[in-house]
Amino acid sequence: MTAPQATASFYRPADLGEALRDLAAHPEAVPVAGGTDLMVAVNYRHTRPAAMLDLTRIAELRAWSDEGAAIRIGSGVTYARICAELATVLPGLAAAARTVGSPQIRNRGTLGGNLATASPAGDGHPPLLATGATIEIASAAGRRTVPIADFFTGPKRSVLEPGELITAVIVPKALGPQQFLKVGTRNAMVIAVCSLAVALDLDARRLGTGIGSAGPTPLTAPDADRIELPWARPDLFNDALAEEFGRRVAAAARPIDDVRGTAAYRRHALAVCAARALRRVWTAAHGTEAGR
Amino acid sequence: MPEPVAGEPNGTTAAAPEPTARTKTAPTKTAPTKTPTPPTRAAGGVGTPLQERSGGVGSSPTRPDAAAKANGAFDYASDLEFPGMLWGHTLRSPHPRARLVSIDTAAALAMPGVAAVLTAADVPGKRYYGLIEADQPVLAIDEVNYQGEPVAIVAAETLDLARRAAEAVTVEYEELETHWDPEEAVEAGNVFRYQPVRLGDPDAQVPAAVVAREYVVGMQDQAPLGPESGVAVPSGDGGVSLYVATQWVHSDLEQIAPCLSLEPDRIHMAIAGIGGAFGAREDLSVQVHMAMLALATARPVKMMYDRAESFVGHVHRHPARMRYEHAADADGKLLYVKARIVLDGGAYASTTEAVVGNAASLAVGPYEVEHVSVDAWGARTNNPPCGAMRGFGGVQTCFAYESQMDALAEMLGLHPLEFRRRNAVAQGSKLITGQIVDAYDPERAGGPSNPGRPFSPLADMLGRFKDIPVPAVPAARDIVELPGGTGNTTHGEGVRRGVGYGVGLKNVCYSEGFDDYSTARVRLELVDGETVAFVHTAAAEVGQGHWSLQAQIARTELGVDRVELLPNDTKVGSAGSSSASRQSYMTGGAVKAACEAVRELWQGRDLADGPIEATQVFRHRVTKPMDPVTGQGESHVQLALCVHRATVDVDVELGLVKVVDLTCVQDVGKIMNPVALEGQIHGGSAQGLGLAVMEEMITEQGRVRNASFTDYLIPTILDMPPMRLRIVENADPEAPYGLRGAGEPPTLSSTPAIVAAIRDATGLALTHIPVRPEHLTAHLGRQP
Repeated sequence: MTAPQATASFYRPADLGEALRDLAAHPEAVPVAGGTDLMVAVNYRHTRPAAMLDLTRIAELRAWSDEGAAIRIGSGVTYARICAELATVLPGLAAAARTVGSPQIRNRGTLGGNLATASPAGDGHPPLLATGATIEIASAAGRRTVPIADFFTGPKRSVLEPGELITAVIVPKALGPQQFLKVGTRNAMVIAVCSLAVALDLDARRLGTGIGSAGPTPLTAPDADRIELPWARPDLFNDALAEEFGRRVAAAARPIDDVRGTAAYRRHALAVCAARALRRVWTAAHGTEAGR
Repeated sequence: MPEPVAGEPNGTTAAAPEPTARTKTAPTKTAPTKTPTPPTRAAGGVGTPLQERSGGVGSSPTRPDAAAKANGAFDYASDLEFPGMLWGHTLRSPHPRARLVSIDTAAALAMPGVAAVLTAADVPGKRYYGLIEADQPVLAIDEVNYQGEPVAIVAAETLDLARRAAEAVTVEYEELETHWDPEEAVEAGNVFRYQPVRLGDPDAQVPAAVVAREYVVGMQDQAPLGPESGVAVPSGDGGVSLYVATQWVHSDLEQIAPCLSLEPDRIHMAIAGIGGAFGAREDLSVQVHMAMLALATARPVKMMYDRAESFVGHVHRHPARMRYEHAADADGKLLYVKARIVLDGGAYASTTEAVVGNAASLAVGPYEVEHVSVDAWGARTNNPPCGAMRGFGGVQTCFAYESQMDALAEMLGLHPLEFRRRNAVAQGSKLITGQIVDAYDPERAGGPSNPGRPFSPLADMLGRFKDIPVPAVPAARDIVELPGGTGNTTHGEGVRRGVGYGVGLKNVCYSEGFDDYSTARVRLELVDGETVAFVHTAAAEVGQGHWSLQAQIARTELGVDRVELLPNDTKVGSAGSSSASRQSYMTGGAVKAACEAVRELWQGRDLADGPIEATQVFRHRVTKPMDPVTGQGESHVQLALCVHRATVDVDVELGLVKVVDLTCVQDVGKIMNPVALEGQIHGGSAQGLGLAVMEEMITEQGRVRNASFTDYLIPTILDMPPMRLRIVENADPEAPYGLRGAGEPPTLSSTPAIVAAIRDATGLALTHIPVRPEHLTAHLGRQP
């Protein structure tokens, strides 16, 4: 009574070198860390990997390090650890990590997995876009880095090639207040209807923006980032400026209608969120809101 | 005495330990099965003059299944495993409507490890089944009428293989035009039932205020966490045993036996561990399919739906479109109500007929009105079949009539509670069906008399809110206490508070002349010198705490401490369904009656001489069908009331809602188990909250778009507020212990209360539930 199984191979490399050799030898193997995206797809029979490459034994991927101006986060670092350990230096990313799924999902799900899935709704993406993070990718042939803005190529598609693994994400440390806002029709454990990250760089006097769930990929909003802020006279900041920023962010979005929300609502909500986010970061940087 | 189910895995293990070896082989004294007249007792009276007993009626003993459910040891139906077991899987139609041109099973059958692939041609007996009308094919015959309709079934060595084999079945479909608009179906006369209610002459009235609005209720799903699951085990002699998560095992058996072409006594059915039901387990799911596969392969076959399949594998709550016109006179008394109610029954009948009856008879709620014109239809479409869900036809109209009551109150310049109080039914009032409200009479219960003014339980309940203040807005709040929660969308920006009320009237037990009954067998026996009561019923423990209740009743009635519950199966008579808030009333009543019979037999006897056993069938009072033209008739057994006040914070710029408080006043007749009761009220309120702000199966021209917990959202702990409860015990003189069914009423009233509160915060009309963020922001016109 032995059942013929659909055989699936499962590789368990002990270190990164072995993982890259496995992947070179078996390019069909799907890397799996937390499995919070992949296993749902398997359960729903959207995919049936012929082989899997388990990344959980690779210590290098599960550590983060302080690189001075930036934090290098191993691709296997979980959301729970980002919340618990990096909230001070990477407040935007930590706020986003806090909104991912349930505590159980945050204990398993990883930032690298989020990127590899490359969903437009991935919660980790907007803060990475807002801060100009860099993705570190390795293969048997060597390593390369890709700026986050160039990483996504389409819905659930990225520049990642067969045989390549995401090894780390290099995120510049916050140089000013950051905000992450995620709109969902439930007060927790929800896929974003739309989301927004804003990072204010007080040193460079620069604004960074990342938009989620409102286009075929996570998006930046360069026109919004270029909004003229009253750096010399912070008290001149006003609602009109915040709303103009909101309009520019909404204009950068390319949303669609789907079961989670309408395109019109997404644009509207992004405008509201962006105005709020900018007010919050400006107020946090410059004290009480003057001139409102 | 039923034999213990030694060696058989089943979900009732935790609650139904096998009886210990009998002390002697003494003859059992058995009373003949008889149907007692329903007890009539003084209102407020509790049936039995026994002293308060630890673990008895009115207390909250630890549930027999509590530890196992908390520590993971409980056997749900999906945990069942038998030696040599095959896995079954269902191939379902991807189209809402199509002709079946051909089915080729050869490739699937040729796969090693595939034991059977069956289609409609393989159904051994009757090819249709149904709860009321047998109109649903066991497997599609010639055509499919909804997306997800079962077309073929497969048994294989593993679940994965069964699924892959199903994919290897080639089905040629010719897609046909989909009828997905219930209004068009009604116009075309394509309906399961039409039920009018006519009273007085609405058109002859001269009102001071009129409100006419249209309401839409989306398709809610029961979303039980336990997927449909069970195992069929062939008995070797052509019969079969089924272990399955179901709400009514005897109704299953009645439907299954003809399809399998087996006499009912060749089929043994036992209820396996149920992971929630809410109506979703009234209709058959895996039952006939796994039995067919087991009989065809002569091996045990397990079926277990995954989440996506569960969403299409059971019926849903009927979506509704309703047009209501309410009118009042200058004194704030309702003058007339006109209603046009279209419920979408989907492709097959299920319980639509009964749901339409409830929608029509309860169409105006617990209010006095002398002129009524109600038309209610259950449409047949190519949408997913709809049937039973907690609230059963009472939920949709409750949202509409309560919204109307608020709108009319506002027009009249009256507080919502005051307008409701002026129109509240009282003892002796008539419902729109002519049914006399036999609510509660304090005078009859020996309470204060109030001549000239009949007691109104509803008016009394409405008055209780004045002592419970609306919670204050805290000075500082964490984001999890604000709309949007962890999404960090507001730190207070755009947040406005609103307060609203909702009242629900629900019928308890089956209505319209249905001969409903429950059976209980109770046996009293000495086990190692200890007196033990064994209770055997077929009632489904769906999570409501019914096992505990049976034990409590046995303790109270028999004065014993130890009660053992036997497996719920077809070796005892029907208990009816764990539906319609009826199980405490009906099976509670049957257990009580059986205990009373045992107690009588016990008089002057020594248990050492042998066990005492009695089986009793309990019936509620007789009801009548609704008149097909006027809707008149005493159609309901019992009525139950619940009132909610919701307090919400709404982020009016983003359209996000946080319900910050639900205060509930419910009349339960008698508190049987305080903890279980609170659980029912919390759960029912949460399900109503879900319908108010998030839960909807979205279909597009018959196609389900969100069959997953990713996109079908149910409330989390951050969505459901703490509740404040005020329980009222207006005893029903006809019910065991005076109790009123409690599980459904909160599901009715919490929804309109929450929507009323959102209206209060936003000033919007909000006629569509669930209320979505875009409903709250579309008027802002800020979309670029």
